[in-house]
Amino acid sequence: MYEFDWSSIPGALPFLWQGMKVSLGITAVAVAVGIAWGTVLAVMRLSPARPVSLFAAAYVSLFRSVPLVMVLLWFFLIVPSLLRDVLGLSHATDLRLASAMVAFALFEAAYYSEIMRAGIQSVSKGQRSAALALGMTPLQAMWHVVLPQAFRNMVPLLLTQAIILFQDTSLVYVSALADFFGAAYKVGDRDGRLVEMLLFAGAVYFVLCSAASWAVRLLRRRVLA
Amino acid sequence: MDFRIFVSPVPTGETTYLGWLFVGLRNTVALSLAAWILALALGTVLGILRTVPGRGLRALAGAYVEIFRNVPLLVQLFIWYFVVPEIVPGGHRFKQIDPFAQQFLTSAACLGLFTAARVCEQVRAGIESLPPGQKNAGLALGLTLPQTYRYVLLPMAARLIVPPLTSETVNVFKNSAVCSTIGLIELTAQGRQLVDYTAHAYESFLAVTVLYLVVNAAIQLLMRVVESRARVPGYLGSRK
Amino acid sequence: MISVRDVYKSYGEVEVLSGCSVEVRKGEVIVVCGPSGSGKSTLIKCINGLEPFDRGEIVVDGVSVGKRGTNLSKLRARVGMVFQQFELFPHMKVIDNLTLAQVKVLGRGAEQAGKKALALLDRVGLREHADKHPGQLSGGQQQRVAIARSLALDPVCMLFDEPTSALDPEMINEVLDVMAGLARDGMTMVVVTHEMGFARKVASRIVFMDQGRIVEEGRTAEFFAEPKTDRARQFLSKVLHH
Repeated sequence: MYEFDWSSIPGALPFLWQGMKVSLGITAVAVAVGIAWGTVLAVMRLSPARPVSLFAAAYVSLFRSVPLVMVLLWFFLIVPSLLRDVLGLSHATDLRLASAMVAFALFEAAYYSEIMRAGIQSVSKGQRSAALALGMTPLQAMWHVVLPQAFRNMVPLLLTQAIILFQDTSLVYVSALADFFGAAYKVGDRDGRLVEMLLFAGAVYFVLCSAASWAVRLLRRRVLA
Repeated sequence: MDFRIFVSPVPTGETTYLGWLFVGLRNTVALSLAAWILALALGTVLGILRTVPGRGLRALAGAYVEIFRNVPLLVQLFIWYFVVPEIVPGGHRFKQIDPFAQQFLTSAACLGLFTAARVCEQVRAGIESLPPGQKNAGLALGLTLPQTYRYVLLPMAARLIVPPLTSETVNVFKNSAVCSTIGLIELTAQGRQLVDYTAHAYESFLAVTVLYLVVNAAIQLLMRVVESRARVPGYLGSRK
Repeated sequence: MISVRDVYKSYGEVEVLSGCSVEVRKGEVIVVCGPSGSGKSTLIKCINGLEPFDRGEIVVDGVSVGKRGTNLSKLRARVGMVFQQFELFPHMKVIDNLTLAQVKVLGRGAEQAGKKALALLDRVGLREHADKHPGQLSGGQQQRVAIARSLALDPVCMLFDEPTSALDPEMINEVLDVMAGLARDGMTMVVVTHEMGFARKVASRIVFMDQGRIVEEGRTAEFFAEPKTDRARQFLSKVLHH
């Protein structure tokens, strides 16, 4: 029988918290940028101008067809050197966190764009007609009338996607960037207590994500019903 | 960009770099298939359990879904690979078998169980979207509940969920890439190998991306065939 | 004021408007009636460019609607439109529904827009609901707000697309009364409706459409007393017996 020894955990908490901050930081940035860029993509997708809508469709299709792990590796192996050349930074600059945030934001935007596209299409067409009939330009109609309603309709899905994103941040492991999971693994590996640390990490994710999902369900019922 | 690297032989000489990629692709497909079969079988059972009258059974299936959906796939994989052999009796023997087999079996089990939770929700949604009268009509004819599921509810639900299952199939293939983290030689891992050995990062990643897109396209095509075969005349979305 | 000449429109294979022509002079109230699918709504939506048309010409207050370079936004700010489903913006308060276009389209100051909005709400009898959301109002109230919303832009003419068809019978009159008031004040109006009582009292002329064509057109009194075509006669006999 395996001898469980949880004593590593208390001492490691500050380090784990640093990792958690990285996880939450990436999540926050990726959600904010992802929703913004995703909304732009959704509007582009619905544009009557063919090159615009084709670009958006191609972008979304591409990022939804490939694994996130691959995109992260692509960003970690290629983008930093590219950025350094372009921006003229020294080779010592640690661009791993920035690369991770950019990778996640661009990737998740494709998923957010599908949510927002459904949201936009869920707003009755008459709303757009009414806005146009008042003399608003199509862009004004989108910004003042359609998007606010689209957002409101899609809040539960946007939040659920954010929870998924938070779980996905664990994948920065492939670049040795220390997020919460990476930190837990490091501690477990160093102390020889990998089993306990992995179970602990799993438990923490479980508690955080179930609580968040439950909160979204509550929100859906109370506020948006 | 120099694409000739793909036809150059690898250091150990037994194949070209392109050959390495295809080994990765082969393993990705094998892993995804194995996981998908497990996921469909288990997920269907769980999905049915989420809709039956028995509260205990519903809660059990519900708990399964909660656990497997609220822990990241990577964490689940590491737990299967590093934790389970330690705490399960007989785990020591598992650690003795061929490394590739260890990685493959762990990956297939993990990915399968993870995806089963998602399939469960799709099956549940499919069954719940059927008009309640269907179940009542079956029962009224004297069919038992299992028979009603077998002959009335499941055949219709199965056809309804073909579109969401298409995206789940794609997801299984994409998620298989996570298994490269425990050393499994699959497509993404091979991509990384290529970058390490050839220092031609752009070409390597381009090739891997193209292969994933090809797999994707193949799945979409296949599912379209399945969908057209499964269409119910006169029902939502089908051509009369 | 509004000139529709020989307008044709098809949706794919189906021709929904076949050579429609009508002239609306300033201050006139035209009622467009006819069976479902006759193209009435489509025609009225062509007038302010919400629907494009294939052939013909539509000129509103000197501006050609079909012409390429026309600034449709500018034109629509001068043509009010009221929809069957009211289409108030549910995420904004009633007063904000009225000020939004004033500020964003006409560039009026917020204070001036607000004053005008309140004055118009007063005119339609709904001032005390200014801070409510559309969802809290009844259908009749929402439609009156919708009329006020269009009036806030000081339009030169108003288009009504079956304004009372989605209302409970008890609320129809409150909306028709507002519309009759507008007509008395000299507003040029084109109204698509089934309310023949309203038509008889308020309309200057009646236009009768069937299957995409304008079958008959004439002054109100003449149309009701002596319809010239069989189709119109048929329609009137069925409708007026309610």
